Amino acid sequence: MKVKLKVWRQKNAATPGRFETYDTPELNPNMSFLEMLDVVNEDLTTRGLEPIAFDHDCREGICGTCSLVINGKPHGPHRGVATCQTYLRSFRDGDTILVEPFRARPFPVIKDLIVNRKALDRIMQAGGFISVRTGSAPEANSLPVPKEAADLAMDAAACIGCGACVAACKNASAMLFVAAKVSHLGLLPQGQPERYRRVVAMVEQMDREGFGACTVTGSCEAVCPKSISLDFIARMNRDYAVALFKGVGARPGRAAAVPA
Amino acid sequence: MSAWIRLLRSSLGLKYLMAGSGLVLVGFVCGHLVGNLQFFLPPPVINRYAHFLQSNPELLWGVRLILLVLVGVHIGTALRLWALNRAARPQPYASPATAYGSTLASRTMLLSGLMVAAFVLYHLLHYTVKVESLNGTPLAFHQLREPATGHADVFAMMVAGFRVWPVSLFYAVGIALLCLHLSHGVAAMFQSLGLRNPVYAPLIQRLARLLAVVLLVGYLSIPAAVLLGRGQNYLRRVVEHTAAALAPTPANPPAAH
Ligand code: HEM
Ligand code: FES
Repeated sequence: MKVKLKVWRQKNAATPGRFETYDTPELNPNMSFLEMLDVVNEDLTTRGLEPIAFDHDCREGICGTCSLVINGKPHGPHRGVATCQTYLRSFRDGDTILVEPFRARPFPVIKDLIVNRKALDRIMQAGGFISVRTGSAPEANSLPVPKEAADLAMDAAACIGCGACVAACKNASAMLFVAAKVSHLGLLPQGQPERYRRVVAMVEQMDREGFGACTVTGSCEAVCPKSISLDFIARMNRDYAVALFKGVGARPGRAAAVPA
Repeated sequence: MSAWIRLLRSSLGLKYLMAGSGLVLVGFVCGHLVGNLQFFLPPPVINRYAHFLQSNPELLWGVRLILLVLVGVHIGTALRLWALNRAARPQPYASPATAYGSTLASRTMLLSGLMVAAFVLYHLLHYTVKVESLNGTPLAFHQLREPATGHADVFAMMVAGFRVWPVSLFYAVGIALLCLHLSHGVAAMFQSLGLRNPVYAPLIQRLARLLAVVLLVGYLSIPAAVLLGRGQNYLRRVVEHTAAALAPTPANPPAAH
């Protein structure tokens, strides 16, 4: 099969970009979308053209590095998979496929389809951690965790931090990402000591980065390669409200966080 | 930062304000419907209710003031969040596809909200302030008096108002927009306030839709009933009585009831 690619090309953040259209060489329908880009890049290189820059790493849906908005939907046409697990058999021979980078003010384009997602890292640095001594694994049964809490925490922990939620949201809101991270730790006993300080710190870093707010359209959940639920945003909203009532962080320098 | 500043500055704080004001406004919309449905009882019932409200100005103005402030908070936070959300995506996508997985109601909240605001303004001028030039009928709403008591006749006013079909149509559009707004807004409100979990989430979505449908049917039943003829005879009697009461002749024959 062959397709026509309409791809965003941009030299760097300072240079304005534009769409370029390429006819691909012959492709195998069982190639992943990224493998297709590899083939196109090989072809561009042999023709002396600049290959298309795109993000990728594990290519098995677990690292969250691949991105791309394909025909208007982050990670392509299917639900619950990342771009690296999107295959050409989901498209038809001769299709024109529109490929754009994730668009959000906090995600400036680095080159072509690669955007800078460090804003998400800074949100993690603000509170996405627990302060425990590491290195020696404690006896697992010394800290009982209810099955329901463990399951829910695992669902939240499935977030690979790709930023598709931001890309899909009409408000470029990162709330699904932040909610998943807040919930993953906040549901487990090890996350309790910093639970309320964490939610305040992460939400406020999210605001400082310039992400939009949630209007509950559900696009994030619908495009999430890990199908993270909107319910986690409600959970984050609840924790933040409780933190406000507790006066967490009201006075800088004085940790007011109280475990639940 | 104090909790108050957080409430006004953070995106979540603004969402609490929007949801909290929305909650009270929804409560009002439900209560207002119950009050209005007295239209289906004999005319003196709703007139007595209206007279009760009118004769308690402290209560009436207290509630009005609260609602007005909340509408201000609701619109203010809506616009502030809209500005932040727009700024968060300076470069739009080239793809014409709409936000994947979203409903029409959720995408058009600001638009439906602002149109509801315009409708509410008209509604207030029409039935509360009673700007006679807006009612599309030569009947003067100010002059409609209940024959038995001489109090303002709200029942007759509703009949006189909704008898004008373009007015009824305008109300239908306004109410439909409000219900579109609430079909998403009520569910979003639970979400914003954190009152949602995997067990109740589907229930909340259904509750929001059900409430929107109940409000739609409830509110529209009144203009529909008027257009189908309810209260026409009563209105005629009130108009005759009013005309007789206003007639300059001292030898006024008592109006026949
Ligand atoms: C008067 C003009 C109005 C405007 C401009 C307006 C605008 C908005 C906007 C932009 C949202 C946010 C949508 C979202 O988060 O998805 C919203 C939410 C909401 N609105 Fe309104 N609205 C108006 C009137 C009303 C009225 C009259 C009611 C109640 C009867 C109402 C009830 C709600 C509720 C319950 C929400 C959900 C709050 C939340 O998102 O958490 N609104 N409104
Ligand atoms: S490349 Fe790792 S998730 Fe797609």
